Amino acid sequence: MDTIAHALTANALLTAFAVVGIIMVFSNQISVRFTNGRIHGSAIAIVIGLALAFWGGWTTGGHKGLADVPVLSGIGLMGGAMLRDFAIVATAAEVNVMQAKRAGLIGLIALLLGTTLPFILGAMVAVAFGYGDAVSMTTIGAGAVTYIVGPVTGAALGATSAVIALSIATGVFKAVLVMIGTPLVARFIGLDNPRSAMVFGGLMGTVSGVSGGLAATDRRLVPYGALTATFHTGLGCLVAPSILYVAVRAVVGA
Amino acid sequence: MTMSGVALLAICTLLGQWLGDVLGQLLGVKANVGGVGIAMILLIASRLWLERHDWMSGPASQGIAFWGALYIPIVVAMAAQQDVVAAVKGGPVVLVAGVGSLLLCFAVVALLSRLSPATETMDEIEARERSSKSVLPTPAH
Repeated sequence: MDTIAHALTANALLTAFAVVGIIMVFSNQISVRFTNGRIHGSAIAIVIGLALAFWGGWTTGGHKGLADVPVLSGIGLMGGAMLRDFAIVATAAEVNVMQAKRAGLIGLIALLLGTTLPFILGAMVAVAFGYGDAVSMTTIGAGAVTYIVGPVTGAALGATSAVIALSIATGVFKAVLVMIGTPLVARFIGLDNPRSAMVFGGLMGTVSGVSGGLAATDRRLVPYGALTATFHTGLGCLVAPSILYVAVRAVVGA
Repeated sequence: MTMSGVALLAICTLLGQWLGDVLGQLLGVKANVGGVGIAMILLIASRLWLERHDWMSGPASQGIAFWGALYIPIVVAMAAQQDVVAAVKGGPVVLVAGVGSLLLCFAVVALLSRLSPATETMDEIEARERSSKSVLPTPAH
């Protein structure tokens, strides 16, 4: 047993390739046999991944899901920011330039709405649950934008660590919901063309949520959504601790 | 050469990340602003330029396409390392703010796609490109 564990740990990235590959083959089989292909294999694989992340976090007490299990540490490298960004950029080779240009303005509008609307909602929820000071409201509101904007804003404004934890959890929960929910609502929100994918990317934010959700819906839409979603976190980090914080303070006082 | 495609991809990604960091610093933000997006634009532009000079070989394109194909497995691995326990434990604030912002954003996506004029779906675009390819004579190279 020890020698197997050693071989798996010493080749962590290869172990991750094997494990993820098995999950995907299994998911595709479920998709074909039990849902007649109606639910994408990738959607099932992502849900299995999230379930395993819950299991990993529960058993190890860590914060990186399955990657905290020693023999599966390669999952952390395979699904980390470096390879994720590398693969997303590679999908740009499939972008139809004409289609992307046509969606430029509406993508920008989507980005602005995608930052302000979740922020306002998050700040209002914060007040409803007793976090009525401007710093806490701004931090939780920023967390509703993405789970990176939340802690960056909280750190900049000096929020308490409990509030920062809440804002991260809100953002992660939103990203998880986007991954699961997108394929379910895709038909109702018109998510079947490059332009709506760019609008979607700008509005939903979180590269992880958008890319996971679009991958589970239609792989061809991924590059368009990623193209706008990538500006989401930066925009949020820019306006949340500055303009939006000042606006919140103007409304509720310090 | 396959590796030249992978190298092009890596250089575009690195350049994009660097420019995103620089942009973040210029704006006084502690984050990367649009690094991935800048990298994507760099890759699209350099591919168009290389193709115009006929320097983009088949294997080089394959080097890029391979990483594009690995995209979904990487997303599965990404899902498997989220802090799902913390997200579940966060309680009512997390639940209400998360679900609320999700529904709000879905509704706005639906609204924006209704408001804007009808557009071709991905299936229609691919069907049109397939038929135009079969009608046009294939280029000489």
